[in-house]
Amino acid sequence: MLELLSFGPNGWGGQLLMGTAMTVAVAVSAFAFGILVGSLGASAKLSHSLALNVVADVYTTIVRGIPELLVIYLLFFGGSGVATAIAAAFGYDGRVDLNAFTIGVLAVGLISGAYSTEVIRGAVQSVPFGQIEAARACGMSRWLILRRVLVPQTLRFALPGLGNVWQLTLKDTALVSVTALAELMRITHLAAGATRQPFLFYSTAAVLYLMLTTISTALFNRAEISANRGVRRA
Amino acid sequence: MNWQLMWDSLPRMLGGLSLTLQLIVGSLALGALVAFGVALLRLSGNRVVETLAAAYVFIFRGTPLLVQIFLVYYGLGQFEFIRDSILWPFLREPYWCAILALTLNTGAYTSEVLRGAILSVPQGQVEAARACGMSRALAFRRIVLPVAIRQMLPAYGNEVILMVKATSLASTITLMEVTGIARRMIAQTFAVFELFIVAGVIYLVLNFIATRLIKFAEWRLTPYLRARA
Repeated sequence: MLELLSFGPNGWGGQLLMGTAMTVAVAVSAFAFGILVGSLGASAKLSHSLALNVVADVYTTIVRGIPELLVIYLLFFGGSGVATAIAAAFGYDGRVDLNAFTIGVLAVGLISGAYSTEVIRGAVQSVPFGQIEAARACGMSRWLILRRVLVPQTLRFALPGLGNVWQLTLKDTALVSVTALAELMRITHLAAGATRQPFLFYSTAAVLYLMLTTISTALFNRAEISANRGVRRA
Repeated sequence: MNWQLMWDSLPRMLGGLSLTLQLIVGSLALGALVAFGVALLRLSGNRVVETLAAAYVFIFRGTPLLVQIFLVYYGLGQFEFIRDSILWPFLREPYWCAILALTLNTGAYTSEVLRGAILSVPQGQVEAARACGMSRALAFRRIVLPVAIRQMLPAYGNEVILMVKATSLASTITLMEVTGIARRMIAQTFAVFELFIVAGVIYLVLNFIATRLIKFAEWRLTPYLRARA
């Protein structure tokens, strides 16, 4: 039975490995996209413009309040239509088709971004305001303050929260399998159907996901230690 | 925006609400029992039992819920002895598979929340209860558990919201709850945004009600915070 998991011609090992790589690729891209969206969202929430505040609040409330699967269906069925409309607005009159990878990254990234927004907002707010005043008093420009004072410390405060968001993002990529993207869950589903050994393959997938979450937890712990190396522990 | 279609889709969508609610309430209730048992096992002091409970929590928190649902729904039926057992009439049904997977999932998360809350009960209160002559069990029931439950409510509220959303995964094993119906209607009509909005609003309302209920429970359990006003 275990030869089904091998790398030979009768085994699914190679495909499972490719699927795992695809899962990691989707997760990393979506997480990065999420941090980008989250930074924009956090700056919108902290800005003094009421309109931006409302837009960011609506975004986080909606995305965190509805099932991830619905968001993925929205982009799966509607994403290409919107992309075509946007392209048309720029004067391109053909049809734009988003591939499954792009749809997966956009969908999971938008979900990830809603959680990142809150994490980054909290982290920015925990940088003592006196430090920003001090930097301004030293004559630093806004950009210099952002680069030298705000971002490095925000990163340190945000790391534990972002670690949680990463775990969510990694697990959410399994849902992208409904769009038939060949990530780990999809490959597992195909293998389980073809070999009639569902238990074997789904447990293998579970073990692979566990390995990914365990390794990334260890990496985030190391990143936290490295980000906190300048801070004395109580 | 096709308002007529949105309005017309509402009754069909709400037809799935009963199933969604059953999944939420069923798995949260059973999950609370599992969480209670697992939290006690993790604090039992017996190394073997603690390790087993910790392994359960680690596995269910570290893997996607979709894997767990498929493992229960497709995986268990593979074994002869399960198909011959008295549980098969239940495990054959996607409904009970969904409840089982959701229960085990929320049980793992909730047990951690509960364990943290139990550990946060000040040791002095337990000592005081023991000094009054309460047995360990009585002190746990009258002192530790009520304080812990009050303590865990905010974190448990987040878990409830996650469960409301998680029930949508039941649609992947043929259950026609709100998301399943929305997906089918989107595939039929291609009115993606209209139907997405209708389904999304249903979930937002559910989550709004859930957060209100948790807030109310918190308010009821903290009379000492109100007495001064």
